Amino acid sequence: MLAYLIRRFGQAFLVMAVMAAIVFFGLYAVGNPVDLLINPEADLAEQEETIRRLGLDKPVHVQFGYFLGGLTQGDLGTSFVHNRPALELILSRLPATLELAFLGILLAVILGIPLGMIAGLKPDAPYSKVIMTGSVIGFSTPNFWQGLMLIMLFAVFLGWLPAGGRGETVDLFGIPVSFLTWDGLGHLILPAINVAIFKMSLVIRLTRAGASEVALQDYVKYARARGLSPARVLGVHILKNIMIPVVTVLGLETGNVIAFAVVTETVFAWPGIGKLLIDSIGLLDRPVVVAYLMLTVFLFVMINLVVDIAYSILDPRVRVKRGKS
Amino acid sequence: MLATDTPFRRFVTDFLRSPGALVGGIGLLTIALLAIFAGLVAPQNPYDLAQIDVLDGSLEPGTEGYAGFKYWLGTDEQGRDMLSAMIYGLRVSLSVSFIAVSAAVAVGMVLGLLAAWRGGWVETLIMRIVDIQLSFPALLVALLLLAALGKGIDKVIIALVLVQWAYFARTVRAAALVEIKKDYVMAARSAALPQSRILFGHVLPNVMPPVMVIATVQIANAIAIEASLSFLGVGVPITQPSLGLLIANGFDYLLSGRYWISFYPGVALLATLVCINIVGDQVRDILNPRLQR
Repeated sequence: MLAYLIRRFGQAFLVMAVMAAIVFFGLYAVGNPVDLLINPEADLAEQEETIRRLGLDKPVHVQFGYFLGGLTQGDLGTSFVHNRPALELILSRLPATLELAFLGILLAVILGIPLGMIAGLKPDAPYSKVIMTGSVIGFSTPNFWQGLMLIMLFAVFLGWLPAGGRGETVDLFGIPVSFLTWDGLGHLILPAINVAIFKMSLVIRLTRAGASEVALQDYVKYARARGLSPARVLGVHILKNIMIPVVTVLGLETGNVIAFAVVTETVFAWPGIGKLLIDSIGLLDRPVVVAYLMLTVFLFVMINLVVDIAYSILDPRVRVKRGKS
Repeated sequence: MLATDTPFRRFVTDFLRSPGALVGGIGLLTIALLAIFAGLVAPQNPYDLAQIDVLDGSLEPGTEGYAGFKYWLGTDEQGRDMLSAMIYGLRVSLSVSFIAVSAAVAVGMVLGLLAAWRGGWVETLIMRIVDIQLSFPALLVALLLLAALGKGIDKVIIALVLVQWAYFARTVRAAALVEIKKDYVMAARSAALPQSRILFGHVLPNVMPPVMVIATVQIANAIAIEASLSFLGVGVPITQPSLGLLIANGFDYLLSGRYWISFYPGVALLATLVCINIVGDQVRDILNPRLQR
């Protein structure tokens, strides 16, 4: 197990290093951030002073050396634009993204599981066909266009909800959150639906497949024969067995939700890490882009690792396979 | 069965058996033809400045312009006919993803075959890279690659190839491992045929069916990723807008109620993706030996 962990972390480290180098040198080649940062009316001395302050007067490999040196001390560089440590900047935006992601997943689960069960248990009913068609469309529609259509319908034509931004926030244990104020909640609903639709289509498909399979098994028949109420058979006996694949897939999808938050946050001007990434790419704010990359790679490696370890604990067959390979 | 029964002919008859697939296939064919003959079909060349008139800017769908030209789907702020812009955008979207997926198939196939044939450290290295890459969402990897590569159609294609080759490498290796153990490969080897001929002449045609299935799905994926990237502002340049960029351009006008600039390109995008997915599902069912009648 220890050797396995060391290998996994070694791999993660290699991926981070390669990607960081590509992005670091790539952003250097793409353009000069100085052109975007410095007031064009500043005189030459001021311009040179700024370039020196940002460390951009050194050759790129020396800059990369400084970056690696800072990395060993947990310093991912300072944002050119915001003049704050990149890591701190990203962490300050993280709560907004997590709030959005969690509400999105929650909506997907509490709406997707009942709809999937209906479609799985009554496959020939017309409303089941409607649900399944809806899930196919939800699956195929590009995320960003979905977001635009939500804005068009609820913000522009109906005027019920705001089109963007985060609204009023209150501090919960020192972290600003939106869902505790009416204004914040209003701002949160559309982006959360945007995140939820795709995941919901996924949950509906998984639940339907599980429900149609589980409902035919003997233990369900016995539960019915024992005279248990249909609600108990559904809610306890069937639901429990459907949940296994749903939970697994949702665990793996958490990373994807954060990745796709880039799109949703751009559409709804939601001030999370995805919006920060897009803005930073546009402004060639290299430290922030590289720091975002390091953090997400780390996050993904951790998620995959936790899922793998959980598997090997739950399912002995997986453990045997790994020993062989 | 008729004497003229070929695998291809059987494939076509199987395909046409399902009415859903027929609709999807016809839809896809129409879309492809529109894109290929964009210059002939589109009522206007949206990039010929002599043909567009700023006075016709932001017209609602169905209105007539100053010169008596009818804009069925309205115009954008510069007076461009949306229908024509969409047909041209479709061409960009389809060609970018088609080229990217073809290149990804080629790269993935060569590396997948190599991994299966050589084994050892070559296989370990290639498959480890594949595993690592597939554990990250394609959109995020493409986004970061494009941040490093800069804008442009060629850059988008490179990024798409880099995020998609792994799917093909994995599939080809798995299929090739099965094929290589078969007798015909043994026969070809004992006949002392050159390695490249065994691999590309004998093994390759037999691993094509699963590759075809994944390729159709991946074209839809490539279109969606390209559209998202262009929407985020790191995709195709403004001079050659794809459907995604047209939608992004309409975003600013959406808030003032001019919905058609991003609504219709989105409908076209959705229709394309749904058609490809329907066709892909049918191709998968036909080529899946477990479902063979």
